[in-house]
Amino acid sequence: MSAAAVAPIRLVSIGKRYSGTKALDDVSLEVAGGFVHALVGANGAGKSTLGKIIGGVIRPDDGQMFVDDQPVRYTSPREARIDGIATISQELSPMPHLSVIENVFFGIEPRRFGLVLLSQRRKRYEELISQWGFELDGNVKVGALRTADKQKVEILRAVATDARVIVMDEPTSSLTSVETKTLHRMIGTLRESGKTIVYVSHFLDEVLELADTVSVLRSGRLVRTAPVAEETEASLVAGMFGAAAAAEHFAKPEGSTAPVVLDVSGLQRKGVLRDISLQIRAGEIVGLAGLVGSGRSELARAIAGADPIDSGTIAVDGTARNIRSPADAMAAGMAFLPESRKDDGLFLELSLAANTTFADLPAVASQLGILRLAQERKKTTSLLKLTSVEPPVPSAKAANLSGGNQQKVLFARWLMRNPRVLILDEPTRGVDVAARAAIHRLVNNLASEGTAVLMISSEIEEVLGLAHRVLVMRRGSITREFGADPPLDAVMEAAFGLGGRSIA
Amino acid sequence: MTAHPSDPMASDPVDGGQVVAGDSVAADGIAGPRGRSLRRIKAEHIRDYGIVVFAAALFIYFSIASPVFLTSQNLLNLVFQNATIGIAACAVTFTIIAGNFDLSLGSIFVLSEVLGAYAAVHFGVWWAFPVAIFAGLVMGLINGLLVTKLRVNAFLATLASALTFGGIAVGVTHGGLLITPSSSVFTFLGQHRAGGVQYPVIIFAVVAIVLQLVLAYTVFGRHLYGVGDNSNAARLSGLKVDRTVIFTFVITGAACGLAGLIDSSTTGSGTSDMSGLGGTLALLAIAGVALGGTSIFGGVGSVWRTVLGVLMLGMITNGFDLLAVPDYWQNIVRGILIIIAVAIGSLIERR
Repeated sequence: MSAAAVAPIRLVSIGKRYSGTKALDDVSLEVAGGFVHALVGANGAGKSTLGKIIGGVIRPDDGQMFVDDQPVRYTSPREARIDGIATISQELSPMPHLSVIENVFFGIEPRRFGLVLLSQRRKRYEELISQWGFELDGNVKVGALRTADKQKVEILRAVATDARVIVMDEPTSSLTSVETKTLHRMIGTLRESGKTIVYVSHFLDEVLELADTVSVLRSGRLVRTAPVAEETEASLVAGMFGAAAAAEHFAKPEGSTAPVVLDVSGLQRKGVLRDISLQIRAGEIVGLAGLVGSGRSELARAIAGADPIDSGTIAVDGTARNIRSPADAMAAGMAFLPESRKDDGLFLELSLAANTTFADLPAVASQLGILRLAQERKKTTSLLKLTSVEPPVPSAKAANLSGGNQQKVLFARWLMRNPRVLILDEPTRGVDVAARAAIHRLVNNLASEGTAVLMISSEIEEVLGLAHRVLVMRRGSITREFGADPPLDAVMEAAFGLGGRSIA
Repeated sequence: MTAHPSDPMASDPVDGGQVVAGDSVAADGIAGPRGRSLRRIKAEHIRDYGIVVFAAALFIYFSIASPVFLTSQNLLNLVFQNATIGIAACAVTFTIIAGNFDLSLGSIFVLSEVLGAYAAVHFGVWWAFPVAIFAGLVMGLINGLLVTKLRVNAFLATLASALTFGGIAVGVTHGGLLITPSSSVFTFLGQHRAGGVQYPVIIFAVVAIVLQLVLAYTVFGRHLYGVGDNSNAARLSGLKVDRTVIFTFVITGAACGLAGLIDSSTTGSGTSDMSGLGGTLALLAIAGVALGGTSIFGGVGSVWRTVLGVLMLGMITNGFDLLAVPDYWQNIVRGILIIIAVAIGSLIERR
């Protein structure tokens, strides 16, 4: 092991805020040279943000980063590269229309008189892949490669530019288990040759297997940095979640005997969803927990007709429905609040009235399709008040509202249809505390009036606070089911795939 | 409904003297925190109503500079000369608000005109009317299907279909003119007046008013704004987005067919010559849409804006002719105006 004498990277009191919320707060740590340093934490804990700061992808608001004891302030990944720090993530994708060789040597081609020396470039490529034991055809266009091979391209590029530190942000989240093993082998090789790896992941088993050191983050703060030898999966989970955070808890009816409203059976989508069956009764809130990439959102989208399914049946109120589009799902009495309100929900340039009534325009129009604007205004105002949108002004523009109020406008849109089934994907993401509480109360009220609710949230506490039952998804299947108020760590362990009895 | 007390469009004829119909879904800037809202209202007003002030200023300038400009005869001629462009522009406003684009206006116009004239010559003059409009409608349908079902980018799809339609038109006429029968049944559309007003002017006004009302006061109009603003959200709200998009192309096609029919009736012939209006129609119409302030990214705009944009471009031709300004200045000024209008819009948007 060729550990450098000084830690190549030192972070002192790093802070980062996103529109008022602290993504990172006073984080200090050292990354030792020649080791694999893992950053772990729940979704939103700040581990990716920290990795991006090290790689120069984003700038910290507070604190100082040192490289080789020199203070640095990167404004782009390119500047970090000059200091030998390379980042590999799915967001920083390579240029898809260029070949593997062209990508690896982009900007650092062997040149003479400004012309690229093709044969020399090829020779260097052959040297690189034999040195690192990769198998990758240099002539293939990168866009045609699988994710795992794209990562290889990025790693090759990193070593071709003599990077000393390689930041890997969730590198295995879309890899198969075989590909993951290959990547782990590559990381081993890199480490043996003296490279430093910063490894951001929420797969604890990987971290324990690969890393030398692990830093645990929770809600933007560093819990601890420790040698991996001193950690276990249980100790990491405990560090990541601490004592159960206080989220508002609602009273939950036990053992409901109300009729089943949503009945999903044998839902399949190749590579995404595996034989999903679930039932939700009238007035029941079912929480769907699981890691990002476990298939939670995909399940919600499939039920709501937003994504196609390969097989399976969906019934509402006992009637089987052939759902092939969102319109079909809506006709069956469903309403779906998608994960990204900006990409899939709001009409930012339009008024709140237009946003609210869009899914139910016939209700404010004559039979000939002529809008009754006064009626629309009245209807919108009452729905905006019901969902506590501030200000409840139908003519206000959606783009001018805060995130919480925008989300409430989307609730108003779906409440207008009086849905039998309400599917919520991350209903409080990026929403302030007051709006979050308002949304929780709203969901609880809707359920008590008989709506069947399926709710997804990355924040387990939120799921536990509201759900009458909790389903845990992992790798496209429902693997565990809990009743009301299950212990947080039990749900977490199920989500991470540790221990416990599997119902699948 | 943006019924600002100072609304300069409050008495616009297109709105029937009502509120600003076209912006009924577009929204106020009043939602922001109090401190900033004042400034935002101001900036948005420059973007939203700058065109009105601009058009008015130009109008007043020409009225003073030329004794002829402000006569009913001249103003009617101004609108008459821009009626076909205006009809096409009002319709393509639908396509653009829904987030698409149509470069084939001129070719649809030419082929509709030629097919209408062909029908008038071979089957009887009455046939020109349904044939021209139906031909435009079918061409629009083809565009719509290319864009939605084959997922061809609208820009390229209509560029390609424009070539094809134009080529077919030359094939039908063998590159020459089809002289239509000089029956008044056919020529009344382009050459006659009702109460002193040319028929094309009346048709333009009717088309503009109807399209503006559809846009502002119907479910379909609302759908256009939704699709243009966020087609994912529109789909997840249960809308059949493809159908809506196809419909905008069909309307545009039919309007270009109507415009072709008017042109054919005015000239008493059908020509496949693209060096005339057929060659410039798409550019002038889209320039009018952009000048009016409709966003070419979709979701924002209205038909009355397009009317204003088209008439402003026409006013420059008309006014410069009266003032004997050399021809080339017209396009120089038009180009600069469009750049100013669009740049102001996007600068304000970026703040």
